[in-house]
Amino acid sequence: MRLLIIEDDREAAAYLVKAFRETGHVADSAHDGLDGYALAQEGGYEVLIVDRMLPKLDGLSLIRSLREQKVATPVLILSALGQVDDRVKGLRAGGDDYLPKPYAFSELLARTEALARRQVGQGTAEETRYRVGDLELDRLSHRVTRAGREIPLQPREFRLLEYLMRHAGQVVTRTMLLEHVWDYHFDPQTNVIDVHVSRLRGKLDKGFPTAIIHTVRGAGYVLRVDEGAAG
Amino acid sequence: MSASAADASVPGETGAARIQKLFRTTAFKLSLAYLAIFALCAFLALGYVAWNARAVLDDQIVSTIDAEINGLSEQYNTGGLRRLITVVERRSREPGASLYLVTTAGGDHVVGNVGYVPAAVLATPGQSETRYGRNDSDAEAHRAIVRVFTLPGGFRLLVGRDTEERDRLRAVIGRAFVTALAAVVILGVIGGWLAASRVLRRVDAMTQTTRAIMAGDLDGRLHVAGNGDELDRLASSLNLMLERIGELMRGMREVSDNIAHDLKTPLTRLRNRADEALRRASSPDELRAALEAVIDEGDGLIRVFNALLMIARLEAGGARDILLPLDIAPTVRGVGDLYEAVAEDRGLVLDVRAEDGLIIAGNRELIGQALANLIDNALKYGATSHAGGASVTLEAWRMGDSIRLAVSDHGPGIPEAERGRVLDRFVRLEDARSRPGFGLGLSLVNAVVRLHQGTLRLADNAPGLRVEIAVPAQAAPETGDIPDAPPSAGPVPAPS
Repeated sequence: MRLLIIEDDREAAAYLVKAFRETGHVADSAHDGLDGYALAQEGGYEVLIVDRMLPKLDGLSLIRSLREQKVATPVLILSALGQVDDRVKGLRAGGDDYLPKPYAFSELLARTEALARRQVGQGTAEETRYRVGDLELDRLSHRVTRAGREIPLQPREFRLLEYLMRHAGQVVTRTMLLEHVWDYHFDPQTNVIDVHVSRLRGKLDKGFPTAIIHTVRGAGYVLRVDEGAAG
Repeated sequence: MSASAADASVPGETGAARIQKLFRTTAFKLSLAYLAIFALCAFLALGYVAWNARAVLDDQIVSTIDAEINGLSEQYNTGGLRRLITVVERRSREPGASLYLVTTAGGDHVVGNVGYVPAAVLATPGQSETRYGRNDSDAEAHRAIVRVFTLPGGFRLLVGRDTEERDRLRAVIGRAFVTALAAVVILGVIGGWLAASRVLRRVDAMTQTTRAIMAGDLDGRLHVAGNGDELDRLASSLNLMLERIGELMRGMREVSDNIAHDLKTPLTRLRNRADEALRRASSPDELRAALEAVIDEGDGLIRVFNALLMIARLEAGGARDILLPLDIAPTVRGVGDLYEAVAEDRGLVLDVRAEDGLIIAGNRELIGQALANLIDNALKYGATSHAGGASVTLEAWRMGDSIRLAVSDHGPGIPEAERGRVLDRFVRLEDARSRPGFGLGLSLVNAVVRLHQGTLRLADNAPGLRVEIAVPAQAAPETGDIPDAPPSAGPVPAPS
C-alpha cells in the first residue's frame, strides 16, 4: 500500500512513515497543506492521512480542494480536536474516516488498510455473497453456512460477521466494529465488543476443528482461514 | 457598627481625598438636589407670604387715607378752606396722626405736619408713594403713601400715611427669609454629609472586604447590617456570588488535585512496568509482554484524558448546535442490544423497555455514550443476581413534557449523602476503589444531560441505585424522518 502522510509535526510524521514502512507499506510525508495538496494531486497514493490543522492550507480545505479536482483517493483525517461534531465536519468535507488524536498505531494501520481495500474493491463493493474458506455469507437471503451447514445468527451477529468478512484478512479494531455495526463512535469502557465477537465465534466454530475469527493482541480481530490462504 | 467598619476608610487616604470622595457620593449629590428643591419651595412660600402681607398693609393704608379724605372733604364743604386749615392743624398735632399738608399754588407751606415733600409729587394730583420729611432738616428720611388734591384757588392738599410699619414688617419677613434659607442650606449640607459618610463608611468597608478577598482571603464575606436596605441587598447578593465562586474554585482545585493524584497512580505503574522490564526481562517474549502492558496502561491514560476533555467541552456548552430532533427509543434499544450480551456473560439480565416515539433535541452519540456509561456502571458495581427478576433495567418513557430515562440496578446503591458527590470528576466511592475505572463515568453522563438541558437524579432502588434522567421532549416533526442511524464513515447496508 502506498500512502501519503500530511502532518506538520515532523516528529509524528517521521514516526508514522517509519511505522508504516516497517509494516510493509510505502509512505511519503508532507509537512504543510500546499505541499501535501501538490503531492496528493499527482496521484499514485492509495490512502491519504491528513492532519486537520496544517500550515498554509488547513486539512479540511485541502480535502475539499482535492474532491473538487476529482481526486477520489480515500482520506483518513487525524485530529487533535475531539469535538463531538468534528467527525461530522471532517466527513462532510470529503474525508472517509476520522481518527482523533491520540490514537494507537494499530488502530491507524487497521483503518488505513480498510480504506485501501475499499478503494481496490470499489467496483465489486456490491457483492452479494462473501466466501472465506468454508464459510459463506449470503447478503440477500441472510444465510450463513460453514461447510454447507447453516449457522443461525441474530441480526446483530449477522452484521458483525458481514463486516468481518468484507474485511477478511485485515485487522479490524474494536472501535471499527462499534462504528460500523452499532454506529457509535465512543469508546465502550468494558469489553462489550469482545463479548459479541466471542459469541459469534462460538457459533461459527462450534463443531469445527479450526477457528476462523482470530484475536490480534493489542489491535483487534481478523477473520481468515488459518492455512494462510486468505489475504 | 463595629470598630472595623467605622474605621473603614482605605488606608493611606488623605483627608482631602476623603472629603472629595464624600462629595462624589451618590448620597451627597442626592442630598444637594433635595436641598435645592426644598430651598426653592421655601423661597416661593415666604415670597408669597411677604407679597400678600404687603398688599394687605397697603390696602389698610389706602383705606385710612380714604377715611381721612372723607372727613376733610366734609369739613371743607361745610367751612371752606379756613375750616379745612383749622382741622388739618389740629389733626396734625394729634399723636399717631396721618400726614397732612396744605400748600399754596406755588408750593409754600401753609399748614400740616409734613416738612418736605418732592415738588413733583405736589404738582401731580392723585396717589403716589414718595419720600418725605417731618421737617425741613430730615429732608427725605421717611416714606409714605400720599394723595394730592388741588383745591379751588390753586391750594394743594396732601393727605398721606407713613409706611414705616409696613417697611419694618417687610424687613422682618426679609430677615426671616434669609435666616430660614441659611438654616435650610446648612442643615441640608450637614444632613447630606452625614448620610453620605454613613453610606461611604459602609461602601468603604465593602471595598476593604472585597480587596481582602481579592488578596486571597476567599472566606471573607461582606458585612450585612440586617436592615434590609439597598446596600444590604447588594452585600447579600455579592455574598451569594462569592459563595458560588468559592464553590467553583474549590471544585476546580479538587478537580486539578484529583487529576494530578489519579493520574499519578497509573503513570507510576506504567513507569514501574517499563523499569521492571528493563531490569528483569530476559527473553524477547517477556519484553514484548511488558511493552504490551505498558501500552495498555498508556491507552487507559489516553481514555481518561479524552473523557476529561469531553466533559470540559460539554460543560463549556459550546456544543449546543449538535442537538437535533432525535427519537431516542432506537438509541436506547441499540445500547441495550450492545450491552445485553455483556450482562448475560456475567450471569446477569439486562432488561430494556422503551416506549416508541420519544423525541428530544439530542445527540444520538452523546445519549448513547451516557447510557453506555450508566449501564457499564450498573453492571460493574450494581449488579448482583436478583432472583427471578432483571439485574439491571434500562427504561425510557414519556412523562408529560419530558422524556425520562432510567437505569436501575440491585447493587449496594449509593448512600444519600454521597449522591451529590459522585457526579464530580474522579470521585470513586470506597467500594469502587478496588475495581478498574477513574470515576469519570457519571461526571460525563451529568455533563451530557446538562447539555441536553435535562436533569439527573440519583435515587434509591431499594436496594440498589436508580439513575433517572429527564430531558425536555420535542414535538414530533411532521416529516417524520428522525435519523435513527445517521450515515457513518463506512456504510454497512443493514439487513432488512
